[in-house]
Amino acid sequence: MAIFYILLFFMVIAAIIAVETKDLLGSVICVGAIGFGGSLMFLLLYAPDIAITQIVVEVLGLIILIRATISRDHTFITGEREFFGMVVSVAILLVIFLAGIKVFESLPPFGTPIFAKAPEAPSQTYIEKGLADTGAANVVAGVILDYRGYDTLGETTVLFTSILGATVILRTRSRKRLEEPDT
Amino acid sequence: MKGMTIIVKTICGWVKVLIFLFGINIILFGHLTPGGGFAGGVILASSYVLMMLAFGREFVEKNLPIPLASRLDCFGAFLFAAVAILGLVFGGTFFVNFLYQKYLPGHALHLVSAGTIPLSNIAIGLKVGASLFLAIFALSAFRKDFQRPDAGGDNKRPVAGQE
Amino acid sequence: MLYALCFLLFMIGLYCAVVKKNLVKIVIGLAIMEYAVNLFLIMLGYRVGGTAPIIGRGDIQAGAERLTAHFINSAVDPLPQALVLTAIVISLGSLALLISICIRIYDKYGTFDITEIRRLRG
Repeated sequence: MAIFYILLFFMVIAAIIAVETKDLLGSVICVGAIGFGGSLMFLLLYAPDIAITQIVVEVLGLIILIRATISRDHTFITGEREFFGMVVSVAILLVIFLAGIKVFESLPPFGTPIFAKAPEAPSQTYIEKGLADTGAANVVAGVILDYRGYDTLGETTVLFTSILGATVILRTRSRKRLEEPDT
Repeated sequence: MKGMTIIVKTICGWVKVLIFLFGINIILFGHLTPGGGFAGGVILASSYVLMMLAFGREFVEKNLPIPLASRLDCFGAFLFAAVAILGLVFGGTFFVNFLYQKYLPGHALHLVSAGTIPLSNIAIGLKVGASLFLAIFALSAFRKDFQRPDAGGDNKRPVAGQE
Repeated sequence: MLYALCFLLFMIGLYCAVVKKNLVKIVIGLAIMEYAVNLFLIMLGYRVGGTAPIIGRGDIQAGAERLTAHFINSAVDPLPQALVLTAIVISLGSLALLISICIRIYDKYGTFDITEIRRLRG
Protein backbone atom coordinates (compact mmCIF):
# COMPACT_ATOMS: atom_id res chain seq x y z
CA MET A 1 0.00 0.00 0.00
CA ALA A 2 2.93 2.34 0.43
CA ILE A 3 3.61 2.21 -3.28
CA PHE A 4 0.19 3.72 -3.95
CA TYR A 5 0.99 6.70 -1.77
CA ILE A 6 4.36 7.21 -3.43
CA LEU A 7 2.89 7.08 -6.93
CA LEU A 8 0.02 9.41 -6.07
CA PHE A 9 2.40 11.93 -4.51
CA PHE A 10 4.51 11.76 -7.65
CA MET A 11 1.44 12.43 -9.79
CA VAL A 12 0.28 15.34 -7.61
CA ILE A 13 3.72 16.99 -7.67
CA ALA A 14 3.97 16.55 -11.43
CA ALA A 15 0.50 18.11 -11.78
CA ILE A 16 1.51 21.12 -9.71
CA ILE A 17 4.60 21.62 -11.87
CA ALA A 18 2.51 21.24 -15.04
CA VAL A 19 0.08 23.91 -13.91
CA GLU A 20 2.52 26.49 -12.62
CA THR A 21 5.39 26.52 -15.08
CA LYS A 22 5.50 29.13 -17.80
CA ASP A 23 7.12 26.92 -20.38
CA LEU A 24 4.54 25.03 -22.43
CA LEU A 25 6.91 22.25 -23.42
CA GLY A 26 7.77 21.59 -19.78
CA SER A 27 4.13 21.33 -18.77
CA VAL A 28 3.39 18.91 -21.64
CA ILE A 29 6.22 16.68 -20.44
CA CYS A 30 4.82 16.77 -16.91
CA VAL A 31 1.44 15.65 -18.24
CA GLY A 32 3.28 12.71 -19.77
CA ALA A 33 4.74 11.91 -16.37
CA ILE A 34 1.25 11.96 -14.83
CA GLY A 35 -0.02 9.54 -17.45
CA PHE A 36 2.91 7.22 -16.88
CA GLY A 37 2.35 7.22 -13.12
CA GLY A 38 -1.31 6.51 -13.74
CA SER A 39 -0.45 3.52 -15.89
CA LEU A 40 1.76 2.09 -13.13
CA MET A 41 -1.09 2.60 -10.66
CA PHE A 42 -3.46 0.70 -12.93
CA LEU A 43 -1.01 -2.19 -13.13
CA LEU A 44 -0.73 -2.37 -9.34
CA LEU A 45 -4.51 -2.17 -8.96
CA TYR A 46 -4.90 -5.44 -10.92
CA ALA A 47 -6.22 -3.88 -14.13
CA PRO A 48 -3.83 -4.95 -16.93
CA ASP A 49 -6.24 -4.06 -19.78
CA ILE A 50 -6.42 -0.49 -18.58
CA ALA A 51 -2.66 -0.23 -18.05
CA ILE A 52 -1.91 -1.20 -21.65
CA THR A 53 -4.52 1.19 -23.02
CA GLN A 54 -3.43 4.09 -20.80
CA ILE A 55 0.25 3.91 -21.71
CA VAL A 56 -0.27 3.84 -25.46
CA VAL A 57 -3.00 6.49 -25.38
CA GLU A 58 -0.80 8.75 -23.28
CA VAL A 59 2.06 8.47 -25.77
CA LEU A 60 -0.20 9.45 -28.68
CA GLY A 61 -1.72 12.25 -26.61
CA LEU A 62 1.75 13.63 -25.95
CA ILE A 63 2.50 13.66 -29.67
CA ILE A 64 -0.73 15.54 -30.34
CA LEU A 65 -0.06 18.09 -27.59
CA ILE A 66 3.53 18.68 -28.68
CA ARG A 67 2.37 19.31 -32.22
CA ALA A 68 0.47 22.33 -30.98
CA THR A 69 3.36 23.86 -29.10
CA ILE A 70 6.55 22.98 -30.91
CA SER A 71 6.70 25.61 -33.61
CA ARG A 72 4.58 28.41 -32.34
CA ASP A 73 6.58 31.42 -31.28
CA HIS A 74 4.16 33.53 -29.29
CA THR A 75 3.26 31.06 -26.57
CA PHE A 76 4.15 33.12 -23.52
CA ILE A 77 1.42 35.14 -21.92
CA THR A 78 2.34 38.54 -20.64
CA GLY A 79 -0.06 40.84 -18.96
CA GLU A 80 -1.41 41.54 -15.55
CA ARG A 81 -3.09 38.83 -13.54
CA GLU A 82 -6.51 39.54 -12.19
CA PHE A 83 -5.87 39.13 -8.51
CA PHE A 84 -9.39 39.34 -7.23
CA GLY A 85 -10.80 36.83 -9.68
CA MET A 86 -8.11 34.32 -8.86
CA VAL A 87 -8.66 34.57 -5.11
CA VAL A 88 -12.40 34.03 -5.49
CA SER A 89 -11.83 31.00 -7.74
CA VAL A 90 -9.36 29.43 -5.33
CA ALA A 91 -11.74 29.99 -2.40
CA ILE A 92 -14.61 28.30 -4.22
CA LEU A 93 -12.41 25.37 -5.21
CA LEU A 94 -11.25 24.97 -1.62
CA VAL A 95 -14.86 24.82 -0.41
CA ILE A 96 -15.66 22.17 -3.03
CA PHE A 97 -12.61 20.16 -2.00
CA LEU A 98 -13.50 20.16 1.68
CA ALA A 99 -17.10 19.26 0.96
CA GLY A 100 -16.01 16.44 -1.33
CA ILE A 101 -13.79 14.91 1.33
CA LYS A 102 -16.85 14.44 3.50
CA VAL A 103 -18.54 12.38 0.81
CA PHE A 104 -15.80 9.78 0.86
CA GLU A 105 -16.80 8.74 4.35
CA SER A 106 -19.87 7.05 2.93
CA LEU A 107 -17.88 4.85 0.58
CA PRO A 108 -16.49 1.53 1.82
CA PRO A 109 -12.82 1.84 2.81
CA PHE A 110 -10.16 1.37 0.20
CA GLY A 111 -9.66 -2.34 -0.39
CA THR A 112 -13.20 -3.65 -0.28
CA PRO A 113 -15.12 -3.18 -3.49
CA ILE A 114 -18.72 -2.08 -3.44
CA PHE A 115 -20.11 -5.37 -4.68
CA ALA A 116 -18.71 -7.22 -1.68
CA LYS A 117 -21.31 -5.45 0.44
CA ALA A 118 -24.26 -5.93 -1.91
CA PRO A 119 -24.47 -9.50 -3.22
CA GLU A 120 -27.08 -8.70 -5.86
CA ALA A 121 -24.76 -6.41 -7.74
CA PRO A 122 -24.23 -7.22 -11.43
CA SER A 123 -20.49 -7.55 -10.96
CA GLN A 124 -20.98 -10.76 -9.01
CA THR A 125 -22.97 -12.21 -11.93
CA TYR A 126 -20.32 -11.09 -14.41
CA ILE A 127 -17.56 -12.86 -12.52
CA GLU A 128 -19.44 -16.07 -11.81
CA LYS A 129 -21.21 -16.58 -15.11
CA GLY A 130 -18.86 -14.71 -17.46
CA LEU A 131 -17.16 -17.76 -18.89
CA ALA A 132 -20.35 -19.79 -19.22
CA ASP A 133 -22.47 -17.06 -20.83
CA THR A 134 -20.02 -15.50 -23.22
CA GLY A 135 -17.18 -17.97 -23.55
CA ALA A 136 -14.52 -15.31 -23.14
CA ALA A 137 -11.75 -15.92 -20.63
CA ASN A 138 -11.14 -12.18 -20.35
CA VAL A 139 -14.13 -11.12 -18.27
CA VAL A 140 -13.66 -7.44 -19.10
CA ALA A 141 -13.79 -8.16 -22.86
CA GLY A 142 -16.91 -10.21 -22.28
CA VAL A 143 -18.48 -7.32 -20.40
CA ILE A 144 -17.75 -4.65 -23.00
CA LEU A 145 -18.69 -6.72 -26.03
CA ASP A 146 -21.43 -9.00 -24.83
CA TYR A 147 -23.13 -7.84 -21.67
CA ARG A 148 -22.78 -4.13 -22.41
CA GLY A 149 -22.42 -3.96 -26.17
CA TYR A 150 -24.51 -0.81 -26.49
CA ASP A 151 -21.91 1.21 -24.62
CA THR A 152 -19.24 0.10 -27.06
CA LEU A 153 -21.48 1.03 -29.99
CA GLY A 154 -21.94 4.50 -28.53
CA GLU A 155 -18.24 4.86 -27.89
CA THR A 156 -17.40 3.95 -31.47
CA THR A 157 -19.82 6.60 -32.66
CA VAL A 158 -18.28 9.25 -30.41
CA LEU A 159 -14.76 8.43 -31.60
CA PHE A 160 -15.88 8.51 -35.23
CA THR A 161 -17.54 11.89 -34.84
CA SER A 162 -14.68 13.52 -32.97
CA ILE A 163 -12.03 12.40 -35.47
CA LEU A 164 -14.31 13.52 -38.30
CA GLY A 165 -14.56 16.94 -36.69
CA ALA A 166 -10.80 17.16 -36.18
CA THR A 167 -9.95 16.32 -39.79
CA VAL A 168 -12.59 18.69 -41.17
CA ILE A 169 -11.35 21.61 -39.06
CA LEU A 170 -7.79 21.12 -40.25
CA ARG A 171 -8.60 21.06 -43.92
CA THR A 172 -7.21 23.90 -46.03
CA ARG A 173 -7.18 22.56 -49.56
CA SER A 174 -10.69 23.27 -50.61
CA ARG A 175 -10.65 26.99 -50.13
CA LYS A 176 -11.78 29.23 -52.90
CA ARG A 177 -8.76 30.58 -54.61
CA LEU A 178 -10.04 34.04 -55.38
CA GLU A 179 -9.84 36.55 -52.62
CA GLU A 180 -13.01 37.65 -50.94
CA PRO A 181 -12.78 39.89 -47.91
CA ASP A 182 -14.40 38.56 -44.79
CA THR A 183 -17.22 40.75 -43.62
CA MET B 1 7.38 16.46 -40.83
CA LYS B 2 10.86 15.86 -42.14
CA GLY B 3 12.73 12.66 -41.55
CA MET B 4 15.58 11.99 -39.19
CA THR B 5 19.15 10.70 -39.47
CA ILE B 6 20.20 7.44 -41.06
CA ILE B 7 20.64 5.62 -37.76
CA VAL B 8 17.08 6.40 -36.68
CA LYS B 9 15.73 5.36 -40.07
CA THR B 10 17.47 1.98 -39.97
CA ILE B 11 16.31 1.11 -36.48
CA CYS B 12 12.76 2.26 -37.12
CA GLY B 13 12.61 0.13 -40.24
CA TRP B 14 13.15 -2.93 -38.11
CA VAL B 15 11.14 -1.93 -35.07
CA LYS B 16 7.95 -0.93 -36.87
CA VAL B 17 7.31 -4.50 -37.96
CA LEU B 18 7.53 -5.70 -34.35
CA ILE B 19 5.13 -3.02 -33.16
CA PHE B 20 2.65 -3.87 -35.91
CA LEU B 21 2.78 -7.59 -35.09
CA PHE B 22 2.35 -6.86 -31.39
CA GLY B 23 -0.73 -4.80 -32.18
CA ILE B 24 -2.25 -7.61 -34.23
CA ASN B 25 -1.54 -10.09 -31.42
CA ILE B 26 -3.30 -7.92 -28.87
CA ILE B 27 -6.34 -7.54 -31.11
CA LEU B 28 -6.70 -11.19 -32.04
CA PHE B 29 -6.29 -12.62 -28.56
CA GLY B 30 -8.43 -9.94 -26.96
CA HIS B 31 -10.83 -12.45 -25.48
CA LEU B 32 -8.09 -14.49 -23.77
CA THR B 33 -5.39 -12.09 -22.63
CA PRO B 34 -5.58 -8.47 -21.51
CA GLY B 35 -5.92 -5.97 -24.29
CA GLY B 36 -8.77 -6.00 -26.71
CA GLY B 37 -9.71 -3.94 -29.71
CA PHE B 38 -9.02 -0.46 -28.35
CA ALA B 39 -5.47 -0.97 -27.12
CA GLY B 40 -4.53 -2.96 -30.21
CA GLY B 41 -5.92 -0.32 -32.55
CA VAL B 42 -3.96 2.43 -30.83
CA ILE B 43 -0.78 0.32 -31.10
CA LEU B 44 -1.35 -0.15 -34.86
CA ALA B 45 -1.76 3.60 -35.28
CA SER B 46 1.38 4.28 -33.26
CA SER B 47 3.48 2.09 -35.54
CA TYR B 48 2.51 4.35 -38.43
CA VAL B 49 3.18 7.44 -36.33
CA LEU B 50 6.68 6.09 -35.69
CA MET B 51 7.17 5.83 -39.45
CA MET B 52 5.93 9.39 -39.90
CA LEU B 53 8.37 10.73 -37.34
CA ALA B 54 11.36 8.84 -38.71
CA PHE B 55 10.85 8.94 -42.47
CA GLY B 56 8.78 12.04 -43.10
CA ARG B 57 5.21 12.46 -44.05
CA GLU B 58 5.43 11.95 -47.81
CA PHE B 59 6.93 8.49 -47.44
CA VAL B 60 4.03 7.35 -45.30
CA GLU B 61 1.54 8.89 -47.68
CA LYS B 62 2.93 6.74 -50.49
CA ASN B 63 2.78 3.71 -48.22
CA LEU B 64 -0.79 4.12 -46.94
CA PRO B 65 -2.70 6.69 -48.98
CA ILE B 66 -5.31 8.78 -47.26
CA PRO B 67 -8.36 7.51 -49.20
CA LEU B 68 -7.40 3.95 -48.30
CA ALA B 69 -7.10 4.80 -44.61
CA SER B 70 -10.43 6.56 -44.70
CA ARG B 71 -12.06 3.55 -46.31
CA LEU B 72 -10.54 1.20 -43.73
CA ASP B 73 -11.97 3.38 -41.00
CA CYS B 74 -15.46 3.28 -42.48
CA PHE B 75 -15.16 -0.46 -43.14
CA GLY B 76 -14.34 -1.09 -39.50
CA ALA B 77 -17.36 0.85 -38.30
CA PHE B 78 -19.58 -0.88 -40.84
CA LEU B 79 -18.33 -4.33 -39.81
CA PHE B 80 -19.14 -3.58 -36.18
CA ALA B 81 -22.66 -2.47 -37.07
CA ALA B 82 -23.07 -5.54 -39.31
CA VAL B 83 -22.16 -7.88 -36.44
CA ALA B 84 -24.80 -6.18 -34.31
CA ILE B 85 -27.52 -6.42 -36.98
CA LEU B 86 -26.68 -10.04 -37.78
CA GLY B 87 -27.38 -10.73 -34.15
CA LEU B 88 -30.89 -9.44 -34.77
CA VAL B 89 -31.29 -11.58 -37.90
CA PHE B 90 -29.94 -14.85 -36.57
CA GLY B 91 -30.49 -14.61 -32.87
CA GLY B 92 -33.69 -12.70 -32.44
CA THR B 93 -32.26 -9.92 -30.28
CA PHE B 94 -30.09 -6.97 -31.29
CA PHE B 95 -26.42 -7.53 -30.59
CA VAL B 96 -26.77 -11.01 -29.15
CA ASN B 97 -23.76 -13.31 -29.28
CA PHE B 98 -25.36 -15.60 -31.82
CA LEU B 99 -22.23 -17.49 -32.79
CA TYR B 100 -21.55 -18.63 -29.25
CA GLN B 101 -25.10 -19.54 -28.39
CA LYS B 102 -26.13 -21.35 -31.54
CA TYR B 103 -23.62 -22.16 -34.20
CA LEU B 104 -20.02 -22.25 -33.09
CA PRO B 105 -19.47 -22.68 -29.35
CA GLY B 106 -15.84 -23.70 -29.54
CA HIS B 107 -13.80 -24.70 -26.52
CA ALA B 108 -13.03 -22.39 -23.67
CA LEU B 109 -9.54 -20.85 -23.56
CA HIS B 110 -8.88 -21.54 -27.24
CA LEU B 111 -8.64 -19.08 -30.09
CA VAL B 112 -11.92 -20.09 -31.68
CA SER B 113 -14.29 -19.42 -28.82
CA ALA B 114 -16.52 -16.67 -27.49
CA GLY B 115 -18.52 -16.30 -30.69
CA THR B 116 -18.66 -12.83 -32.16
CA ILE B 117 -16.25 -11.27 -29.66
CA PRO B 118 -13.10 -11.73 -31.82
CA LEU B 119 -14.97 -10.31 -34.84
CA SER B 120 -15.98 -7.24 -32.87
CA ASN B 121 -12.42 -6.86 -31.62
CA ILE B 122 -11.06 -6.91 -35.17
CA ALA B 123 -13.63 -4.35 -36.30
CA ILE B 124 -12.88 -2.00 -33.41
CA GLY B 125 -9.12 -2.41 -33.89
CA LEU B 126 -9.33 -1.47 -37.56
CA LYS B 127 -11.54 1.49 -36.81
CA VAL B 128 -9.55 2.98 -33.95
CA GLY B 129 -6.23 2.48 -35.72
CA ALA B 130 -7.29 4.10 -38.96
CA SER B 131 -9.04 7.00 -37.17
CA LEU B 132 -6.06 7.92 -35.04
CA PHE B 133 -3.68 7.63 -37.98
CA LEU B 134 -5.88 10.05 -39.94
CA ALA B 135 -6.07 12.49 -37.05
CA ILE B 136 -2.31 12.65 -36.53
CA PHE B 137 -1.68 12.82 -40.27
CA ALA B 138 -4.06 15.77 -40.56
CA LEU B 139 -2.32 17.50 -37.64
CA SER B 140 1.07 17.14 -39.28
CA ALA B 141 -0.10 18.08 -42.76
CA PHE B 142 -1.71 21.33 -41.71
CA ARG B 143 -0.12 24.19 -43.54
CA LYS B 144 -1.22 27.63 -44.45
CA ASP B 145 -1.48 27.80 -48.18
CA PHE B 146 -4.20 30.29 -48.40
CA GLN B 147 -3.88 34.05 -48.06
CA ARG B 148 -5.64 35.60 -45.15
CA PRO B 149 -7.23 38.95 -45.98
CA ASP B 150 -5.49 41.67 -44.05
CA ALA B 151 -8.13 43.15 -41.78
CA GLY B 152 -6.79 46.38 -40.34
CA GLY B 153 -3.32 47.77 -40.45
CA ASP B 154 -2.08 46.83 -36.98
CA ASN B 155 -3.05 43.19 -37.02
CA LYS B 156 0.24 41.42 -36.58
CA ARG B 157 0.83 38.47 -38.83
CA PRO B 158 1.96 35.46 -36.80
CA VAL B 159 5.13 33.63 -37.55
CA ALA B 160 3.63 30.23 -36.90
CA GLY B 161 5.84 27.60 -38.42
CA GLN B 162 4.85 24.70 -40.52
CA GLU B 163 6.89 22.18 -42.40
CA MET C 1 -6.69 9.05 2.27
CA LEU C 2 -5.94 7.68 -1.18
CA TYR C 3 -9.32 8.88 -2.39
CA ALA C 4 -8.46 12.33 -1.04
CA LEU C 5 -5.20 12.43 -3.00
CA CYS C 6 -7.02 11.45 -6.17
CA PHE C 7 -9.58 14.17 -5.56
CA LEU C 8 -6.74 16.64 -5.02
CA LEU C 9 -5.40 15.73 -8.46
CA PHE C 10 -8.84 16.44 -9.90
CA MET C 11 -8.96 19.80 -8.12
CA ILE C 12 -5.55 20.78 -9.50
CA GLY C 13 -6.78 20.07 -13.01
CA LEU C 14 -9.96 22.07 -12.35
CA TYR C 15 -7.94 25.01 -11.05
CA CYS C 16 -5.82 24.96 -14.19
CA ALA C 17 -8.87 24.88 -16.43
CA VAL C 18 -10.59 27.75 -14.63
CA VAL C 19 -7.87 30.24 -13.76
CA LYS C 20 -5.28 30.09 -16.52
CA LYS C 21 -5.30 32.31 -19.58
CA ASN C 22 -3.29 30.22 -22.00
CA LEU C 23 -5.45 28.06 -24.23
CA VAL C 24 -3.10 25.07 -24.22
CA LYS C 25 -2.90 25.23 -20.43
CA ILE C 26 -6.69 24.93 -20.31
CA VAL C 27 -6.50 21.81 -22.47
CA ILE C 28 -3.80 20.42 -20.18
CA GLY C 29 -6.07 21.02 -17.21
CA LEU C 30 -8.83 19.03 -18.89
CA ALA C 31 -6.41 16.16 -19.54
CA ILE C 32 -5.35 16.09 -15.88
CA MET C 33 -9.00 15.94 -14.83
CA GLU C 34 -9.61 12.96 -17.10
CA TYR C 35 -6.65 11.05 -15.69
CA ALA C 36 -7.86 11.69 -12.14
CA VAL C 37 -11.40 10.49 -12.85
CA ASN C 38 -10.25 7.27 -14.52
CA LEU C 39 -7.91 6.54 -11.62
CA PHE C 40 -10.68 7.10 -9.09
CA LEU C 41 -13.06 4.72 -10.84
CA ILE C 42 -10.50 1.92 -10.88
CA MET C 43 -9.63 2.52 -7.23
CA LEU C 44 -13.26 1.92 -6.31
CA GLY C 45 -13.13 -1.65 -7.48
CA TYR C 46 -9.89 -2.72 -5.83
CA ARG C 47 -9.74 -5.69 -3.50
CA VAL C 48 -6.74 -6.21 -1.23
CA GLY C 49 -4.98 -9.42 -2.17
CA GLY C 50 -7.12 -9.87 -5.26
CA THR C 51 -6.45 -11.06 -8.78
CA ALA C 52 -7.07 -9.58 -12.18
CA PRO C 53 -10.43 -10.60 -13.71
CA ILE C 54 -8.88 -12.91 -16.30
CA ILE C 55 -9.58 -16.62 -16.12
CA GLY C 56 -6.57 -18.82 -16.53
CA ARG C 57 -6.24 -22.55 -16.74
CA GLY C 58 -5.87 -22.88 -12.99
CA ASP C 59 -9.13 -21.12 -12.27
CA ILE C 60 -11.39 -23.75 -13.79
CA GLN C 61 -12.17 -26.70 -11.59
CA ALA C 62 -10.90 -29.91 -13.11
CA GLY C 63 -13.71 -32.02 -14.49
CA ALA C 64 -16.55 -29.63 -13.72
CA GLU C 65 -17.45 -26.56 -15.74
CA ARG C 66 -17.21 -24.22 -12.81
CA LEU C 67 -14.76 -21.67 -11.54
CA THR C 68 -12.84 -22.26 -8.36
CA ALA C 69 -14.03 -20.52 -5.25
CA HIS C 70 -10.65 -18.85 -4.91
CA PHE C 71 -11.20 -16.92 -8.12
CA ILE C 72 -14.75 -15.89 -7.25
CA ASN C 73 -13.70 -14.63 -3.84
CA SER C 74 -10.63 -12.73 -4.93
CA ALA C 75 -11.41 -11.17 -8.31
CA VAL C 76 -11.54 -7.39 -8.52
CA ASP C 77 -14.53 -5.60 -9.94
CA PRO C 78 -14.66 -5.91 -13.75
CA LEU C 79 -17.40 -3.35 -14.34
CA PRO C 80 -15.44 -0.12 -13.69
CA GLN C 81 -12.62 -1.48 -15.84
CA ALA C 82 -15.00 -1.92 -18.75
CA LEU C 83 -16.30 1.64 -18.41
CA VAL C 84 -12.86 3.22 -18.02
CA LEU C 85 -11.55 1.37 -21.09
CA THR C 86 -13.86 3.27 -23.40
CA ALA C 87 -13.42 6.51 -21.47
CA ILE C 88 -9.65 6.51 -22.07
CA VAL C 89 -10.00 6.18 -25.83
CA ILE C 90 -12.74 8.81 -25.99
CA SER C 91 -10.47 11.25 -24.13
CA LEU C 92 -7.87 10.81 -26.87
CA GLY C 93 -10.42 11.62 -29.56
CA SER C 94 -11.62 14.74 -27.79
CA LEU C 95 -8.03 15.85 -27.15
CA ALA C 96 -7.36 15.65 -30.90
CA LEU C 97 -10.43 17.81 -31.59
CA LEU C 98 -9.48 20.41 -28.97
CA ILE C 99 -5.91 20.72 -30.21
CA SER C 100 -7.06 21.14 -33.81
CA ILE C 101 -9.29 24.03 -32.68
CA CYS C 102 -6.34 25.56 -30.79
CA ILE C 103 -4.11 25.37 -33.85
CA ARG C 104 -6.77 27.09 -35.94
CA ILE C 105 -7.20 29.83 -33.37
CA TYR C 106 -3.46 30.44 -33.28
CA ASP C 107 -3.23 30.79 -37.03
CA LYS C 108 -6.11 33.22 -37.12
CA TYR C 109 -5.32 35.46 -34.16
CA GLY C 110 -1.61 34.95 -33.63
CA THR C 111 -1.81 34.25 -29.92
CA PHE C 112 -3.04 31.70 -27.42
CA ASP C 113 -4.23 34.29 -24.90
CA ILE C 114 -7.97 34.10 -24.35
CA THR C 115 -8.31 37.75 -23.36
CA GLU C 116 -6.73 38.83 -26.65
CA ILE C 117 -8.97 36.53 -28.63
CA ARG C 118 -12.00 38.20 -27.20
CA ARG C 119 -10.87 41.63 -28.31
CA LEU C 120 -9.51 41.13 -31.79
CA ARG C 121 -12.04 41.13 -34.59
CA GLY C 122 -9.97 38.98 -36.94
